[in-house]
Amino acid sequence: MSRLEISGLRAAVDGFEILRGVDLEVESGQVHVVMGPNGSGKSTLSHVVMGRGDYTVTGGSVRLDGEELLGLPTWQRAVRGLFLAMQYPVAVPGVPVGEVVAAAARARGVDPAATLDRIGTEATRLEVRDEFLARGVNDEFSGGEQKRMETLQLAVLEPRIAVLDEIDSGLDVDALSDVARRVEAMTEEHDLGVLAITHYARLLDELRPDRIHVLMAGRIVASGGPELAQQLEATGYEGLAADLGIEEMALRRPVAADPFAEPGF
Amino acid sequence: MTAFSADASRTLGGPDWLTRRRAAAAERIADLTWPSTAEEIWRYSAVDRFDPDRYVPVPAGELGLPGAEDVPGGGLLAAEAGERSGLVVVRNGRVVHHELDPALEARGVRVQGLATDTDGIAEPWLGRCSDASPDAFTVLHDAFLAGGAFVHVPRGVVVSAPIVVLHWSEGDGRATFPHTLVVAEEGSEVSVVDRYSSRGRDHLVDAVVELLVGDGAHVRYLSVQEHGPETWQVALQRAHLGRDAGLRASAVALGGDYARLRSETRLDGPGAESDLLAVYFGDGHQMLDFRTLQDHSAPDTRSNLLFKGAVEDEAHSVYSGLVHLRPEAQRSEAYQTNRNLVLTDGAGAESIPNLEIEANDVRCSHASTVGPVDDDQRYYLATRGIPPEEADRLIVMGFFDDVLTRLPVRSLVAPLRAAVTRKIEQRGSVRA
Ligand SMILES: Nc1ncnc2c1ncn2[C@@H]1O[C@H](COP(=O)(O)OP(=O)(O)OP(=O)(O)O)[C@@H](O)[C@H]1O
Ligand SMILES: [Mg+2]
Repeated sequence: MSRLEISGLRAAVDGFEILRGVDLEVESGQVHVVMGPNGSGKSTLSHVVMGRGDYTVTGGSVRLDGEELLGLPTWQRAVRGLFLAMQYPVAVPGVPVGEVVAAAARARGVDPAATLDRIGTEATRLEVRDEFLARGVNDEFSGGEQKRMETLQLAVLEPRIAVLDEIDSGLDVDALSDVARRVEAMTEEHDLGVLAITHYARLLDELRPDRIHVLMAGRIVASGGPELAQQLEATGYEGLAADLGIEEMALRRPVAADPFAEPGF
Repeated sequence: MTAFSADASRTLGGPDWLTRRRAAAAERIADLTWPSTAEEIWRYSAVDRFDPDRYVPVPAGELGLPGAEDVPGGGLLAAEAGERSGLVVVRNGRVVHHELDPALEARGVRVQGLATDTDGIAEPWLGRCSDASPDAFTVLHDAFLAGGAFVHVPRGVVVSAPIVVLHWSEGDGRATFPHTLVVAEEGSEVSVVDRYSSRGRDHLVDAVVELLVGDGAHVRYLSVQEHGPETWQVALQRAHLGRDAGLRASAVALGGDYARLRSETRLDGPGAESDLLAVYFGDGHQMLDFRTLQDHSAPDTRSNLLFKGAVEDEAHSVYSGLVHLRPEAQRSEAYQTNRNLVLTDGAGAESIPNLEIEANDVRCSHASTVGPVDDDQRYYLATRGIPPEEADRLIVMGFFDDVLTRLPVRSLVAPLRAAVTRKIEQRGSVRA
């Protein structure tokens, strides 16, 4: 049984605060969904939880099974059981997924051979063709191919808690249900806890979330059951914001003064 | 400069035609001016540190007689040479062992030392390439060319397994002059591997490789240099391609203190094609220096160059390349790409691609990059639980992968991959 606890999390880029106090808890076997308008801070949340260097944490905590993760490098957070499927997975030319997964296994003190065997099984399940196993990971993959590859790694690495940032974007309908079913199966068979970021209610049909959270301007402004997603479909974020009396939905970074600007020009 | 005298050159022995060629070059030594970084072709090089007085050519007495089989069976080195149809062992610039599949010998293929070529078979070929692009180091080379490997493949003969040439040089303050001359006559096919290694404080290797690819002939060539850490190498590799000829030339450069390779390809015959690849990796205080020329002087020719390098610690690299499409080179294509990874703050890479286009109906492009390991790639691998050193190893090996897998001699891909991996794993441990 694992638990990811995000509390009062605040983070900034270049002095501009993007996360303004986020509280979320995900337990093994649960599916939590975060929705929110473009630019509201969803991907930022995923990266701050994972420890990406570009962000400065200005407050709060991220704990996994009681252990504070803030301050740990990204790879150690992953070794402790966290996984991030990125909205925009990065291509690593010349490094096929087998090498990635083998290196990941070694870092966990697990026999890479056993892990490699599982790639074949997962590739069949997720309909990833051999060609994509041979190429550098994500290198010149289409959007959908990248998302299948992220799901394959998720399934092979078996984390405790997975943050899935728009795992559904770019997938065709068939692929979407392959991916969603694979994730759903992991929550049941391996007690995976999921924090899924999405824009589409379609994913929710397959993933059957426990809770839905709405992020606006760096804060969770509403949480509820699956009916919250239906409400959003009907009213949109603007409607929800109006109901809640919220003015700012996305974040607008102040335009930095141009130090080279001269008066009179 | 006194050590490189005409007298010293005369003592080297060998057939008359070779002695005459040396003497002609030796006469020019007194008037040589050593290059400086003020010349464009030497810009960013270490040539200003070059002091000829620090070196002495290996004396004739130490070289032994031409043709003496000093290394019966090729010795230990031969055991490491891998799959092959022929083998030449060159010690300090002179052939000390050679062998060839008898079936190929029966078909007229020759693999031997230049200094034992008493019939002068090599005479009309030797210098055809290097004389077309001389500099002070090729003149010195010609004056002290003790022997070197000669590979001759007659018309239409196909040599399937590679011919391996192992160049070993040693001696503190010694200069050696390895040479490889490959003549592939019309319609023939051959693969040649040159492997260079050396040992010794202040050792100078002044090497020349000539690749003469006849009409319709196909040559695959791989040079691997794993010189000792104090060796200076100044090498010229030059190829001339006839009509519809094909060359796949590649270089792997890992060793040396300063190691320069000038790689020039002249596409002389219509329809000629060449693929040029290189992998280089500098660490410690190494400097690896590449100058390339893709010289198109006939129509419908094609050349494609991909040089990839990495530097770490305090190492530096230079890539300077010119694509020259002459007026006769209509309908030709030339591509040039140089990519560099700079792995530590103290290291650096220069990349200077150039085009000179004198024909109007051609296709041509160049690209060059110099930069550190991509942070996003590191972060991506970290999200899988891979620590940064391991991520860097994967990223760097991945970066080299497309060149390594395309190296023309399959059996060497795995050992060379391992040699590059060792370089990465030793990061920071080779500081002088
Ligand atoms: N590294 C960064 N540097 C500068 N600005 C950033 C950085 N990361 C995020 N931002 C800004 O923070 C805000 C939130 O971005 P984020 O990517 O988290 O949004 P999102 O909710 O994931 O949006 P989308 O639905 O479009 O994916 C945006 O205004 C974005 O431009
Ligand atoms: Mg996002």
